[in-house]
Amino acid sequence: MYRYDERDRTIIGERVAQFRGQTERYLAGELNEEQFLPLRLQNGLYIQRLAPMLRIAVPYGLLNSDQLRRLARISRDYDKGYAHFTTRQNLQFNWPRLEDVPEILAELAEVEMHAVQTSGNCIRNTTSDPYAGVARDEIADPRPYCELIRQWSTFHPEFAFLPRKFKIAVNGAKADRAAIRVHDIGVQIIERDGEIGFQVYVGGGQGRTPVIAELIRDFLPEQDLLSYLEAIVRVYNQLGRRDNKYKARIKILVKALGPEEFGRRVEREWEQIRDGADRLTPEALDWARAFFDAPDYARFDAAATESDLQAQADGDKAFARWLERNTFPHRVPGYRAVRLSTKPTGVPPGDVTDSQLEAIADLADRFSFGEARVTHDQNVVLADVQQDELQALWQAARKHGFATPNIGTLTDMICCPGGDFCSLANAKSIPVAEAIQRRFDDMDYLYDLGDLNLNISGCMNACGHHHVGHIGILGVDKKGEEFYQVQLGGSSSENASLGKVLGPSFSRAEVPDVIGTILNIYVEQRRPDELFLDTYQRIGLQPFKERVYAKA
Amino acid sequence: MPKPKAGPQPQNPAQLIRGGAVASNEWRLLPASDEAPEITADTLAPGKVILPFPVWQRLREDLSDRSGEIGVWLDSNETADLLGEAARELPLVAVHFPAFADGRGFTTGRLLRERFGFTGELRAVGAFIRDQLTYLRRCGFDAYAYEGEESLEDLLPSLHDFSDSYQAAVDESRPIFRRRPLAG
Repeated sequence: MYRYDERDRTIIGERVAQFRGQTERYLAGELNEEQFLPLRLQNGLYIQRLAPMLRIAVPYGLLNSDQLRRLARISRDYDKGYAHFTTRQNLQFNWPRLEDVPEILAELAEVEMHAVQTSGNCIRNTTSDPYAGVARDEIADPRPYCELIRQWSTFHPEFAFLPRKFKIAVNGAKADRAAIRVHDIGVQIIERDGEIGFQVYVGGGQGRTPVIAELIRDFLPEQDLLSYLEAIVRVYNQLGRRDNKYKARIKILVKALGPEEFGRRVEREWEQIRDGADRLTPEALDWARAFFDAPDYARFDAAATESDLQAQADGDKAFARWLERNTFPHRVPGYRAVRLSTKPTGVPPGDVTDSQLEAIADLADRFSFGEARVTHDQNVVLADVQQDELQALWQAARKHGFATPNIGTLTDMICCPGGDFCSLANAKSIPVAEAIQRRFDDMDYLYDLGDLNLNISGCMNACGHHHVGHIGILGVDKKGEEFYQVQLGGSSSENASLGKVLGPSFSRAEVPDVIGTILNIYVEQRRPDELFLDTYQRIGLQPFKERVYAKA
Repeated sequence: MPKPKAGPQPQNPAQLIRGGAVASNEWRLLPASDEAPEITADTLAPGKVILPFPVWQRLREDLSDRSGEIGVWLDSNETADLLGEAARELPLVAVHFPAFADGRGFTTGRLLRERFGFTGELRAVGAFIRDQLTYLRRCGFDAYAYEGEESLEDLLPSLHDFSDSYQAAVDESRPIFRRRPLAG
């Protein structure tokens, strides 16, 4: 993974000093709320319903075991002994004291971490595929580009006060596991005539106005990545709306101008800077790639390790299930990537305790070259596990509550913190997630349903990605009461689509039954090998609507 | 795009930061007001003055013999290309930040310096805050007509909150990947 050099250390260290000064000025009354707000936000510090919330940047989700142990220690010393993985592959502390935050940032800096630009109207943490570097369908590893983007966007002097927050995702595989079409900029790595380059999508997003991004460039040469991003953000900084925060995202500008005109403006700007200093040199690209060189894999005979694994699975149904749902094929024979589930029933999705963070560190050290990745659906991936150690890992993961074999199933939900924590929420989301997990706890049923993303947001800001859940649930407020709207048919994959609202909303108590009815229709109507989304796309919303709203 | 409403006007404090030190403000600044259209080259008082962009655009021919004492200020919705190459001839351009969160002026500053060859005084005016000074400096500003409550002396260190940077900008022509020793 990327390691800081003296320059990175200097810059991050000076940021800690700067924020320490800002916090002191605020606590001394020299900065008022309004002035302190953008400063603390650009350091990831929100004031939530009950306490401050500090969001730590995990660049493209990658963590080493030292960092995990430090996060565990911080959660113990400065928080209530747990932390929360977010859908931007970051990590949040929900209970730090404001006056401790400078010290927390100093502790993070010691392990090459920070909270820079994890909120505020600036370029946020770049996200990517949790299987980067190991997936069989990968065209090129996205992480070197993510790191170059991280450096380009960190304290960018021109783009620290954009009209609104700005999110970039990079996907390097054929399947889109980075949800790039619901990002402000989505970068897809492609190879054409032996050359690596990028397709560039702009103007996607969720929130109040969900939009699937538009392709504005079909092939961007590799060396032009940063200058092209600079051109896009510059056009947006000048022309994006600033009169209404709900119309300030780049997606609104792209819609207003039309993607063709927006793309023309970007190209015009880019023509003037493409040959400038931001053009990536071959040395810079090689340097960035070197940080993500493959680890020192052992050599295995593919057929032999497969049959050994199969023999283990044949003797143990629970292990076989975990193997099927929670592991992912690896490009190197004898290895698999493993997902640790943070979503057992009864725990808010993405929450982990301090000892679990340490357990992840230990598992990473023992089984996966000391590294772990946070996924955008709030789980953790150990990317490089030997197949002959999977059973040992499974047993260790079970001990720490990470082996719920539900990855990709109905109960592996994305869920925002909701009304229990967030001051923006209209409704609670965690209790809904838990009710659904309790209702659908029959693993045979979940496996029979297969891949099914259910996403829950507590308000229309859509932090729980409900627009792109195969089933999406949105908390709404009706005269002070919490209700839940259900949507069907969303997807954040390479065939991205937005869910359609089923109809009038439901009370919290009704939600599990409604989900049950929807699943029954799928089971009745599906053809062999059809996943939920396939059946929905074939039969449409109407059959679901009729049954769910049928008079009793 | 809806037409932006007439927003706040820049103040023109007697003291400012220039060239890294506290200095006296030698320029008057004409606000963008309803009377502005009535101003002519004949009625404009002598001395150094910063004109709103529309007034400057209308009077620039008539004022050509006073060019050394005529500056322009751009509001946040007025982009650098409105001045374009004409910026080369100007002694001073001020860029207005009607609110500190309105970051359009950072782009304006950079483009004036990097694209349109502006070498005169680039002055930030309006509601920017201390913690933006490093960014402003990096985008080519060299004068800061600060309107806030902190003393100008206290502000000076914040021009250099960061001693190093990742990007190319006006203060540093090479991005970090052209500055690092990249081998190992």
